Amino acid sequence: MNEFLQQLLNGLSLGAIYALIALGYTMVYGVLRFINFAHSDVFMVGAFAGYYLSRYFPKASLPGGFAVLIGAMLICALLGIVIERLAYRPLRSHSKLNVLITAIGVSLFLENTGQFIFGAAPKPSPVLFPFKLFNFGGLVLSSNQIAVFVVTIVLLISLHFIVMRTKIGTAMRALSFNPVAASLVGINNDIVISFTFGLGSALAGAGGILYSMNYPAIDPLMGILPGLKAFVAAVLGGIGNIPGAALGGVLIGVIESFSNGSHWSTWTDAIAFTLLILILLFRPSGLLGKLEVEKV
Amino acid sequence: MFGRAKTLLLGAIVASFVLQLLSGYINPYYLDVLTGIGINIILAVSLNLINGYTGQFSLGHAGFMAVGAYTSAAVSIFLGPHFLSALGNGNAAISVLFLLALLTGGIVAAIAGIFVGAPSLRLKGDYLAIVTLGFGEIIRVIFRNIPSLGGALGLNGIPDYTNLFWVFSFAALTIYAVTAMVNSTFGRGFLAVHDNEVAAEAMGLNPTKYKMVAFVVGAFFAGIAGGLYGHFKMSIDPKGFGFLKSIEIVVMVILGGMGNTVGVIIAAIVLTLLPEVLRPVEDYRMIIYSLLLIILMLVRPQGLFTPRKRALAERKTT
Amino acid sequence: MSEPQRTLLQLTNCTIRFGGLTAVSALNFEIDREELVGLIGPNGAGKTTVFNVITGVYCPTEGDVSFSGESLVGRKPHQITAHGIARTFQNIRLFGSMSVADNVRVAFHRHVASGVLSGLWRGRAFHNEEKRVASEVTEMLEIFHLGKFHDTPAQSLSYGDQRRLEIARALATKPKLLLLDEPAAGMNASEKIELMRLIQFIKDKYKIAVLLVEHDMKVVMGICERIAVLDYGEKIAEGSPADVRKNPKVIAAYLGNEN
Repeated sequence: MNEFLQQLLNGLSLGAIYALIALGYTMVYGVLRFINFAHSDVFMVGAFAGYYLSRYFPKASLPGGFAVLIGAMLICALLGIVIERLAYRPLRSHSKLNVLITAIGVSLFLENTGQFIFGAAPKPSPVLFPFKLFNFGGLVLSSNQIAVFVVTIVLLISLHFIVMRTKIGTAMRALSFNPVAASLVGINNDIVISFTFGLGSALAGAGGILYSMNYPAIDPLMGILPGLKAFVAAVLGGIGNIPGAALGGVLIGVIESFSNGSHWSTWTDAIAFTLLILILLFRPSGLLGKLEVEKV
Repeated sequence: MFGRAKTLLLGAIVASFVLQLLSGYINPYYLDVLTGIGINIILAVSLNLINGYTGQFSLGHAGFMAVGAYTSAAVSIFLGPHFLSALGNGNAAISVLFLLALLTGGIVAAIAGIFVGAPSLRLKGDYLAIVTLGFGEIIRVIFRNIPSLGGALGLNGIPDYTNLFWVFSFAALTIYAVTAMVNSTFGRGFLAVHDNEVAAEAMGLNPTKYKMVAFVVGAFFAGIAGGLYGHFKMSIDPKGFGFLKSIEIVVMVILGGMGNTVGVIIAAIVLTLLPEVLRPVEDYRMIIYSLLLIILMLVRPQGLFTPRKRALAERKTT
Repeated sequence: MSEPQRTLLQLTNCTIRFGGLTAVSALNFEIDREELVGLIGPNGAGKTTVFNVITGVYCPTEGDVSFSGESLVGRKPHQITAHGIARTFQNIRLFGSMSVADNVRVAFHRHVASGVLSGLWRGRAFHNEEKRVASEVTEMLEIFHLGKFHDTPAQSLSYGDQRRLEIARALATKPKLLLLDEPAAGMNASEKIELMRLIQFIKDKYKIAVLLVEHDMKVVMGICERIAVLDYGEKIAEGSPADVRKNPKVIAAYLGNEN
C-alpha cells in the first residue's frame, strides 16, 4: 500500500509539472488553433534561466528561491511574446502548415542555440530552496516536491482567476470561441494573443524551474520529452480546455510514475505516442473538450 | 505504342547505367554526394505525393524509410548468403538479390503506409501532422527494441550494394510514378481532395481511396530509399530515422513548393548540397538551418519555385 | 425490360435533428424524372439541410431517402454521386488552385476506367480514354462559355463564371438529378436571366431532373414546374408556381405572421 501511495505521490508531483506545460499548449491552441511546437523549449529556457539567476542567490533560501522562480517566469513570458510577435504573427493568415513549420524552426533554433550557448553537456540543477526530507509514516516527501505542489496550486488558482474574473481573461475566452466576433466587439486580438503566449510561457517557465528542482541535471534538449508528454496531456484533457489540461497533466504524470516502475521503460515514448494517436482517433475532443463540426 | 513518359523513363535508366559505368572516374567524395542526392530525390518526391499533391501533412516519412532500410538489410544479411550460395556470387545474382531486398523493403513500408494513412482519413492539419510524427517515432522505438536487428546500437555489416545505377534508376522511377499518377483524370483527384475535400466527395471522389493510395505509394518509395540508404552507409541505427530526418524531407517539399515536382527535385539537390557547403561552419549548421526554416516560412511560404499566384491559392482566410 | 420508374428521388417522413434543434420535420417530398422543382422558404427553413441529407452529408434522424427505389441512408457522399445525384454549393466550392479544365476533368473520373495502375502503365487504352475526356471537357466548357478560361486557375474567374463552372463540373459527373444550391446568389438581373436560360437548357439537353433552392422569386417562379415551400423545417405548401404564389400560408411565412 505504501509503495502504491509513494508512486501516486511521485506521479502527482510529476503530473503537476506536466499540467503547467500542458496549460501553455492548450491556451495557445484555444486562441489560435495552433500547436506551438516551440513551447517545450521555453520550458527548457525557464530551467536555464533558473540556473543562471540562482547565481545571485548562492545560499538556498525561501525568498531567494521565489525570486528565481518569478524571474524565470518573467523571462519566459517575454520570450513567448517575442516569438509570437516575430515568427507567428506574420503568418496568421497563411495556411496552418506554414506556421507549424515555423514553430518547428523556432524549436530547433532554441535547442541548437541552447546547445551552443550553454553547451550540450548537462548542468547540475541549481538548489533554490533549502532541502529537507519529510517522512509521513513511511511516505517520503521532499521539500522540493512540496514546493511543486504549492507553486502549482497557487498558479492554477491564479490562472483560474485571471481567465474567469479579469477583462483580459474574458477576452481570451471570447477569442477562443470566435476571433472575428471578438474583434468586432472591440477586443484587440493582437494584445490578447500576446498575453496568452506570455501567460502560457510563464507557466512553462515555472514548470522548468520546478522540474529542475526534482531532477539532478538540466540540458538544452530537456524539453523534448516532457513537452511531448505534456502535449499528450493537453490532448487527453481536451485541447483548448484549460481544466482539461490540468487534469490531463496529472493523469499522465501518475501513469508515467506507475509505468516507470514496470518493465516497459524503454517503450515510454512509444506508449505516449500510441496514447496520443488513440485519443485523436477515438475521442479527439479529449476528456473535457467539445467536438467541432465543419459546416457545409 | 510506347508513350513519351515511358520512353523518358527508359532513357533515364539507361543513362543511370552509363553513369554507373563511368563511376570509376568520379572522385569518391562526389560519388557519395551524388548517391545522397539521388536518395533524397526519392524521399522528397515520394513525400510530395502525400504532402504536396494530396495535402496530407505527414511528419513521419522517415519512419517508412526506416522500415525499408531495416527490412531490406534483413533480407540481404539473413537471406542473402543462402540466396547467393544457390545462385553463385556473380554480379547478376547480387543484382537480383538487391532488387529483391529493395522491393521487399518497399512493400513492407507500403504496408506500414496503410497503418499510418488510416488515421489521416479522420484527421486534418495539425492533428494529422502530430499523429504521423507519432507513428514515425513509434516505428523508431520498435526498431530500437529488436535485438536481432541491432537494437539501440544499430545494424552493421550491410553489404555495399548501392551504386549510381540503382539510385538514379529508382529516382527516375519515383519521379515517373508520381508524375504519371497525378497527370491523369483519375490522378487529378489527389489535387481535388487536397483543394476541397467536401466538393471532391460531392463529385464522386472517394477521399479515403486517394489518401490511402498516396500514403501507400509514398511509403513504398520511401522504403526503397531506405533500402538504398542502408546498403550505401552499410550501417543504420534508429536515431537516424527520427523526427529530425522527417523534418529534413518535409523542408525539401516545402522549399520546392508543395505539389511542384520539379521544384521539389531541385530543392532536394540544394538541401543535400547545403550541409556539404556548410561544412566549414559545421558547429553552427543546425542553428543556420533552423533560422533558414523560419525565414523561408516568413518570406516565401510557397517555396522557392512556385509563382506568387499559386501562393495566393494556398492562403486560407480565417 | 420494364419501364423505368417515374419517381426519381423520394424523401419519406424525413426528420433531421441536431441535438435539441429540429431542422427538418417529417418531410415527404418527391421528384420525378426530368422535373424542374424548386425548394423555397425563409432563411433557416431547412433547405440546405435537405440538400445535405440527400447528398449524404447528414443522416436523417428518422425517415428515408431513396433514389430510383434504392435507399440512400447511410451512404457516403461520393457513393450517392455514383448513384446519379450531383450538386452545387451555396458558398461556391470550386477546386480553386486547379485550372478550369481540370475542375471539370476531375468530375469525369467516374466515367473513366483507368485507375492507379493504368495511370502508371499508360497503355493505348489509357491514352485513348484521356483524349476522350479532354475533348468532352473542351466541349462542356464551350457550352458554358468558359472555353477561353481552359487553363486559368478556377479562383481567378469572376463570380458569375465561377457559378457556371460549378454547374458545369456537377454535370460532368453525368447525373440524373442535379441539385442547385442558390445558384443565383450574388448575380445581377441580366446574369439571372442568363442563368434561367442555362438551367432550362441543361434540363432539356441532358434530360435530367433539377432541384433548385433559391431565394430569388423571379428565378424560381420563372422556370420551376413545381415548387415546395419549407418553413421552420416543415413543408407548408406545394404546387405550381401560380398556386404557391397565392397560398396564404406561404405569404405569411415570408412576411411574418402578424397576430
